[in-house]
Amino acid sequence: MLLRHTTKEIKERKALTVNPAKTCQPIGAMYAALGIHNCLPHSHGSQGCCAYHRSTLTRHYKEPVMAGTSSFTEGASVFGGQANLVQAIDTIFTVYDPDVIAVHTTCLSETIGEDIPQIAKKADADGKIPRGKFVIHANTPSYVGTHVTGFANMTKAMVDYFAESNGRKIDQINIIPGYVEPSDMEEIKRIVSELGIKSVMFPDTSNVLNRPQTGRFDMFPKGGVTVEALKSAGDSRATIALGRLASGPAARALDSKCKVSCEILDLPIGLAATDAFVDTLRKIGGVSVPESINTERGRMLDIITDMHQYFYGKKVGLVGDPDQLISLAEFLVSIDMWPVYIVTGTQGKKFESRIKEITRDVPHEVKVVSGGDMFLFHQWVKNEPVDLMMGNTYLKYISRDEDIPFVRFGFPILDRVGHSYFPTVGYRGGMRLLEKILDALLDRKDRDSAEESFELVL
Amino acid sequence: MAPSKTNSAIENESIDPNELKAELVAKYPTKVGRKRAKQIVVNKVGECGEVPEIGANARTIPGIITQRGCSYAGCKGVVLGPTRDIVNLTHGPIGCGFYSWLTRRNQTRPDGPEDANFMTYCFSTDLQDEDIVFGGEKKLRQAIREIYENFKPKAIGIFSTCPVGLIGDDVHAVAREMKEELGINIFGFSCEGYKGVSQSAGHHIANNGLFTHVVGLDDTVREGKFKINLLGEYNIGGDAFELERIFDEAGITLVATFSGNSSYDQFANSHTADLNTIMCHRSINYVAEMMEKKFGIPWIKVNFIGAGSTAKSLRKIANYFEDEELIERVEKLIGEEMVEVEKVRLEIKSRCEGKLAMLFVGGSRAHHYQDLFSEIGMKTVAAGYEFAHRDDYEGRGVLPDIKIDADSRNIEELEVEADPERYSPRKSEEALERLEAKGFRFKDYDGMMPEMESGTMIIDDISQYETEKMIEVYKPDIFCAGIKEKFAIQKKGIPMKQLHSYDSGGPYAGFKGAINFWREIDRMVNSKVWGYMKAPWQKAPELTATYAWE
Repeated sequence: MLLRHTTKEIKERKALTVNPAKTCQPIGAMYAALGIHNCLPHSHGSQGCCAYHRSTLTRHYKEPVMAGTSSFTEGASVFGGQANLVQAIDTIFTVYDPDVIAVHTTCLSETIGEDIPQIAKKADADGKIPRGKFVIHANTPSYVGTHVTGFANMTKAMVDYFAESNGRKIDQINIIPGYVEPSDMEEIKRIVSELGIKSVMFPDTSNVLNRPQTGRFDMFPKGGVTVEALKSAGDSRATIALGRLASGPAARALDSKCKVSCEILDLPIGLAATDAFVDTLRKIGGVSVPESINTERGRMLDIITDMHQYFYGKKVGLVGDPDQLISLAEFLVSIDMWPVYIVTGTQGKKFESRIKEITRDVPHEVKVVSGGDMFLFHQWVKNEPVDLMMGNTYLKYISRDEDIPFVRFGFPILDRVGHSYFPTVGYRGGMRLLEKILDALLDRKDRDSAEESFELVL
Repeated sequence: MAPSKTNSAIENESIDPNELKAELVAKYPTKVGRKRAKQIVVNKVGECGEVPEIGANARTIPGIITQRGCSYAGCKGVVLGPTRDIVNLTHGPIGCGFYSWLTRRNQTRPDGPEDANFMTYCFSTDLQDEDIVFGGEKKLRQAIREIYENFKPKAIGIFSTCPVGLIGDDVHAVAREMKEELGINIFGFSCEGYKGVSQSAGHHIANNGLFTHVVGLDDTVREGKFKINLLGEYNIGGDAFELERIFDEAGITLVATFSGNSSYDQFANSHTADLNTIMCHRSINYVAEMMEKKFGIPWIKVNFIGAGSTAKSLRKIANYFEDEELIERVEKLIGEEMVEVEKVRLEIKSRCEGKLAMLFVGGSRAHHYQDLFSEIGMKTVAAGYEFAHRDDYEGRGVLPDIKIDADSRNIEELEVEADPERYSPRKSEEALERLEAKGFRFKDYDGMMPEMESGTMIIDDISQYETEKMIEVYKPDIFCAGIKEKFAIQKKGIPMKQLHSYDSGGPYAGFKGAINFWREIDRMVNSKVWGYMKAPWQKAPELTATYAWE
């Protein structure tokens, strides 16, 4: 057994986290910053933070992930990292020449109280920031929130530093896509443009973390939201923020800074959430939904009606991030699956009440915890197994030990490809999710059926 | 089958390495360039193997885009990570524990289904802001109690992350207190990420901790005529399993491995071995030095990467024991293993000979893997370490000349004395003299540079910019580094082999490992996929044909 020490008996833990269902803020900030065009993320802390974040993102995307670090030593930790950051800014602009350096802090630099804007000011006064170039920052202490918070904070920093309003509205809307895959961001953009709506999306990691093999390496690839586009976000007609936790803060900041009204929606994963997204787009954009979108919706619905017998009453265990889990749980309930265990490592009371509301009519006890871990999740599974689990790659250890089908969903996925190329948002993404769920369930059925009931047609 | 190490200039004579060095350095701000100039060296091997001085184990320049990680990674991730039955508790915010959870491909094989294996678990105190403000010791104590209640391990290691040192949590005091309370071995490591200048500091801290708290706790002398420890072997991709097989067949008893496929009991008992053999000199030489002083166990440098190197290292071990039967058994084993090895080597050499490699990785791998490449006729045109010191480049002869800077001084150097009861020199003075007269060298390592050709480029702590430039200039057939470097290099159309984690491969150590590695390199450098970068219409954009229906 891979997790041979996990027992059925659940003992209360107050201080110990085992097999976390979350990681720390800075990696989310780094991921968000990669969604700015010509931007180099920079980690203000020890080297290890940057190395760990780059490694994890690289394993997840199988793509180059470039970022700088302030390389704190013991001396810098005592006397402050100003000299380190000023030197980093100088070296980065001289050697790598990005348009933007997006600095995020770490538990080290937060504990000693580093003031990034003051240091950036010093670097500017020393002539280390070339004209027309920017150093932006987000505070991302690792001991507050999770990787989702870090993503939200860096996305908000894009608004704080760039969005401006010159009073004349532009015929475009802002889309804040949430902590989703580059493929999802691409799909969200496609849906918006399918409705004939112009948009600015930020961050945008498509064509950054799913770039093609061309025989060339570009330090700064084609993708990412430009500074110019970010500036124009202050004059957009409205903002649609997808995912309360990851996108809410930036949307609200844009509202208070530039008076751009916002709609904060669930991530468009599954039928109802995608319906809500498309309907909101239609209303805000003053357009009618084209037939092409109706066709996509109809196809997704067709899979659900055709294969409903395999979804019905199946118990599912979910581990992941709040924004994703809310939409996913709602989707599963809508196709008559029963999400019975739902664990996120990200704290939040609203999450639990929202999940309870979504699963109200599930005819089974539903256990939900925010601020939980995969050890607890595994213990639940040991007490009463489920038919399917969905979550990041770490779930495969539980899947193998307990012999339960498993669909990879969320972050990080370290052992399969696809997530960066094929979306799970929108109707097309929903079709992909349904296909994955069916594959897992039906492969299991084929494996476990007695010979006499092994069937050709399913 | 000695690897051919000629001193001829590298084939591509149009490249002037000194000019290239000047070009690399010129890109940086002046001060930065001056620092980098010390760490970029054009190799020149003198008649007695003397090489130029290189700057190493120096602070990384902020913003340069380094390969390096931190002290915590070296301590928890590298040295202690591969031991299966110690619960490794990360004391800090969640990230550090999360990122070092199962990501290094250390394999382990517990003796039976009931035996402990905590390597699939991640344990953390997950410090929150109130802990940073009020201190995390209380939470640490409670977490240790909860580990004990849930897992009943025989030992717990506590690993400090950056904020722990800054807020002044005394992990060592908590460890002592909880050891008393729970009656199991508990020890702490002050391996905060800001200690030292790279992972290397963490290795040293881990060595000190293991030596102080675990080594020597169990005096049981195991059976076996030829008892050794293998140090600096981390069982990436199953390396340790292949080496265990070889030792077993040679009749050599492996008491402990630090730390591939290891257990707590092996460490506790490791001082009963009669020889320490060192693979990764950088990460573990401290333990060998301390064991020699305290228990009288001599150490030798070995290298089991490369078939020829494996044979050489086995002979070295057999010669140390001066036992005819062992020497014969080792020769017989080498003879048997080499049949298949030679067959594969020659086949693959026919496809790889003359191709160029670059290795920028680790603290020993950039050296060791050159043997595997040279055995199939591939040349290493440039190499460098991520976190090694000057002695790993230039040989241990430079040790007295290495200046101790502020960053190194912060890492504790243990005062070790001979154990009054258990110190016992494994070899008499006469035996040592006899061996040395025959050319046997103890506690010696020549380093990487004397074994590389003159004119090759040696770059310490290579940056992203330098990596790209080196590829553009030399156009190597393969580049070896780590996961962060991998895809930027492959995007350029050059295969990149990870030598930290081996990508998905391994074992690469020992005889079977050599075969695996050669087949992997053959796959990579001769793969068709690198030829598909241009679509037909990109190769011949001119439209000359007519429509089929015309």
